[in-house]
Amino acid sequence: MSGDGRAPSWAAGEPRVAHRDVQAIRGPLLVVGGVDGVGWDESAQVATEEGVRHGLVLELDGDQATVQVFEGTDGLVPGAIEVRFAGSPLRVPVGAGWLGRVCNGRGAPLDGGPPVTGDRLEPVAGWPMNPVDRDPPHEPVLTGVSAIDALTTLVRGQKLPIFSVAGLPHLALATQIAAQATSAGTRFRVVFAAMGLTHADIAYVRDRLEERTSSGELVLILNAADDPAIERILTPRLALTVAEHLAFDDGADVLVVLSDMTNYAEAVREVSAARREIPARRGYPGYLYSDLASLYERCGRVRDRDGSVTIVPVLTMPAGDITHPVPDLTGYITEGQIVLSPEIAARGVYPPVDTLGSLSRLMRHGAGARRTRDDHLDVAAQVLAALARARQSAALAELVGAAALGETDRSYLAYREELERELLDQGDAESRSLEETLDRAWTALATLPRQELTMLSPEMIRAHLELPDEGVDDA
Amino acid sequence: MDAVSASPTPAARVGRAVRVTGPLIEADGVPDVAMGEILRMGAGGISAEVVGVDGARATMQAYEYTGGLRVGDPAAGTGQPLTGLFGPGLLGHAFDGLMRPLSSAPLWLRPDRPGDDADGIRSHRWTFVPAVAAGDTVGEGDVLGTVPTTGAVEHRVLTPAGCAGTVERIAAGEVGELDAVARVSGRDVHLSERWPIRRPRPHRERLTDPVPLHTGQRVLDLFFPVARGAAAAVTGGFGTGKTMLLQQVAKWCDADVIVYVGCGERGNEMADVLDDLGRLVDARTGGRLVDRTVVVANTSNMPMMARELSIYTGVSIAEYFRDMGHDAVVIADSTSRWAEALREFANRRGDLPAEEGFPADLASELAAFYERAGRVTTLGGQEASVTVIGAVSPPGGDMSEPVTTISQRFVRAMWMLDRDLAYARHYPAVHWSGSFARDAAGLARWQTVHGDPEWAQRRARALEVLAEADRLESLAEVIGVSSLPGRERVVVLGGRLLREGVLAQNALHPNDATCADAKGAALLDLVLDVIDACHAAIARGVSATALERVDMGPVIRAAQDGGPEDATAIAATRERMLDAIRRVS
Repeated sequence: MSGDGRAPSWAAGEPRVAHRDVQAIRGPLLVVGGVDGVGWDESAQVATEEGVRHGLVLELDGDQATVQVFEGTDGLVPGAIEVRFAGSPLRVPVGAGWLGRVCNGRGAPLDGGPPVTGDRLEPVAGWPMNPVDRDPPHEPVLTGVSAIDALTTLVRGQKLPIFSVAGLPHLALATQIAAQATSAGTRFRVVFAAMGLTHADIAYVRDRLEERTSSGELVLILNAADDPAIERILTPRLALTVAEHLAFDDGADVLVVLSDMTNYAEAVREVSAARREIPARRGYPGYLYSDLASLYERCGRVRDRDGSVTIVPVLTMPAGDITHPVPDLTGYITEGQIVLSPEIAARGVYPPVDTLGSLSRLMRHGAGARRTRDDHLDVAAQVLAALARARQSAALAELVGAAALGETDRSYLAYREELERELLDQGDAESRSLEETLDRAWTALATLPRQELTMLSPEMIRAHLELPDEGVDDA
Repeated sequence: MDAVSASPTPAARVGRAVRVTGPLIEADGVPDVAMGEILRMGAGGISAEVVGVDGARATMQAYEYTGGLRVGDPAAGTGQPLTGLFGPGLLGHAFDGLMRPLSSAPLWLRPDRPGDDADGIRSHRWTFVPAVAAGDTVGEGDVLGTVPTTGAVEHRVLTPAGCAGTVERIAAGEVGELDAVARVSGRDVHLSERWPIRRPRPHRERLTDPVPLHTGQRVLDLFFPVARGAAAAVTGGFGTGKTMLLQQVAKWCDADVIVYVGCGERGNEMADVLDDLGRLVDARTGGRLVDRTVVVANTSNMPMMARELSIYTGVSIAEYFRDMGHDAVVIADSTSRWAEALREFANRRGDLPAEEGFPADLASELAAFYERAGRVTTLGGQEASVTVIGAVSPPGGDMSEPVTTISQRFVRAMWMLDRDLAYARHYPAVHWSGSFARDAAGLARWQTVHGDPEWAQRRARALEVLAEADRLESLAEVIGVSSLPGRERVVVLGGRLLREGVLAQNALHPNDATCADAKGAALLDLVLDVIDACHAAIARGVSATALERVDMGPVIRAAQDGGPEDATAIAATRERMLDAIRRVS
């Protein structure tokens, strides 16, 4: 995606001292000598014959500065480049000018438009939000995807990742959420950051999000698989800085989709390896947790202010291993997880959400009476409990044969089929209202004998399953 | 500048930064630099603690973001270790890892944010009520006076350690945070005390006979109890409910003071804790729970080395209240994040790694932290305690990783959370087979003395049923439960009743969020008696199928039927159920 040679406007700072003493190039790192008066974490420009590259100071030791170059160091000749330090951390313009734009992973336009400008410059790393000023999330974001809205409700200000396995339609799901998500009665904005996606995937994302982009509700920041890997370290920070401004200064509810975090973490590992740091697990640096947290923790709501940042990171678990450092550390930071499962995908269900392995920790704050619908939490609990029971019945059926099952076990198997057909399976462009989603859940629950619905009050069952005009029979 | 340390000593001892890499800074030429001393770095004067000295070069860990710090920037010695200001105004408020108040800090925590000179808590005026008169003789740790605060916790101002003799002057009425309130044999005693955060506060002696800390969580109080002044750890992979369990303990345990340390955890969680505690009423005192709580919040995106410090900040605050004669509980969520901060810094420093990249002194650091727990006689002669409850977050849920295995060696109680239980929405997901309580025997003696001689026997029987039920259930998965003999089917049923009726607890249900000892004992008696009755029924020839058809709903719902203290309703359920089982034929 870096085919566009133009540098983003904000990167062109005032000229400063040019350093030519490049002593070493190691992976994505430059070691520059003769440096004086340069601060740690300062941004740098590396001028080559072809154009300007961008970097950050990772280490200062005496008169040496180690600089990480986002565009990579391929083609750099130590004697033929000049490094200038900006005197400030890396900053990007923020503002509504980003809406409707398609940019590369560094924020340079890919849509043929002019460079993005903004009200002011903000550091891409952001600042930690004072936990005392946080408002606990308590309002839903509706995605129009039944499996999520009904069972793992996304809440404004939450960070809820999608854990997937290569080959599953996680990108379709993430794109569907980005295209459909809304929150009641507010301005809703989406920032979609792609990291290391293939060109085919990027074309798909651009196409699916075309409508929302052109209506000025969405920002696309795209780092392709053949773009410089180190640029991926910048991409999510750029997306989050833009989102923070839209949320906390402009008062919009902003959803940030980050896909794919596994590619991001690999870029972090690459820098760490080039610095010869002692690895922790699987070659990832010991600070991967803090590094991921510095992204994910930028979600939230602020007390007495409109706006929110909700983050949906997408990551593919290498070999489906949920204990791999990237999903594992992500799971420790995020507030739940949506897990996609190959077994469920094989049954032809889209989205193939493993509902029992998925969890939205903030759901009880963002769903139910006064948030979504009175019966929502009870219905969700009952659907999941019954599904857990159905799984046992299915295991038993494999052992003894479905014919040998008791009546109750058979009704659970029927329930699971009905649930998958009615509720969990839907089209990748189909947006369902919450009403429709919950009613579909009731339809599936109706296949179970009434005495099995122990988590629903008799009044609720009467109201939803025994409407006289529908003439539903008592089980 | 801030509460971290006093102003620099008059004779300026200034060197220069020569190396900056993230939180690691090296400086040359600071004369007589001491290990543990705080240096002020650069124009912003950010705090950095000396962790190594080599000739004229000092290695430091910075407690703030070091962005913009340059080689050649000044490094000014303060002559002080890292200290915090301990006084009234801690309870009900939130602080960062350096013990700076967060309530008055701006929304975005930049390193250049204003110090706490402009701070509302610091400028607050307090009322000092003297407890001694001029001319009285006091020893160290004796109460000089009290300060009324919003909550029920009495704030006592003590004669500091190493200070004793005649009270020459004593204040009364309104005083400021930093004012002297008394003069004892030539030494001023201030309302607030500066204390080095990493140094344990002194006490007279440790007490060894265990006294239980009531947590309100049945699985803990009945099966894996923790004694006051002991250390406990809760461990489990992500999503198993560690934080939820810790929050429940913070809300419902019967300590006087709770110090909740959010160490490298989620910002939203800290907001939730503050919000919840502000709304909930303390059943024992009628006040708000937040008024007995101090929150130390160093979330995962706040400066990493301050995260390392936040654990010590929390323990020191708890010890401060212990010295007043209170029972304090430190909840540290999570010690794994603290260990990771140690690891990150050790790696940057180039230390040789031990297991999984952690530094070789991890075990001794962890042990020293857990050992700051203790039930003691204070200098003033009171019995008081600091209980430490730490969360451990094993990467990949791997229980053989260093922080988990080291914690297991040094804690008195281990609460192992199980992913399968959590997936089945069985909360708290404390698993009966991996957890332990080293003080169970001692606490059983305490229960015997305090009116419940059957406590140990009840616990042993229930654990036995749970273990046998586990074994039989895995067998039943292969051959089907109906192939088991009647007695075994009753055990499987009993295991289920124990799990669903006693161990699982609904944190969101007002009747079930907490549970009194008597109610917990009654519930366990109910289930054990039902199991006995079922065994008796089998013995008289009733089929297991008939027993499984009995509606056990009342047993499972018994916990939620009456209030948290209500044991009598459960006794009624017991009679009804035993009767129903007796009538099965």
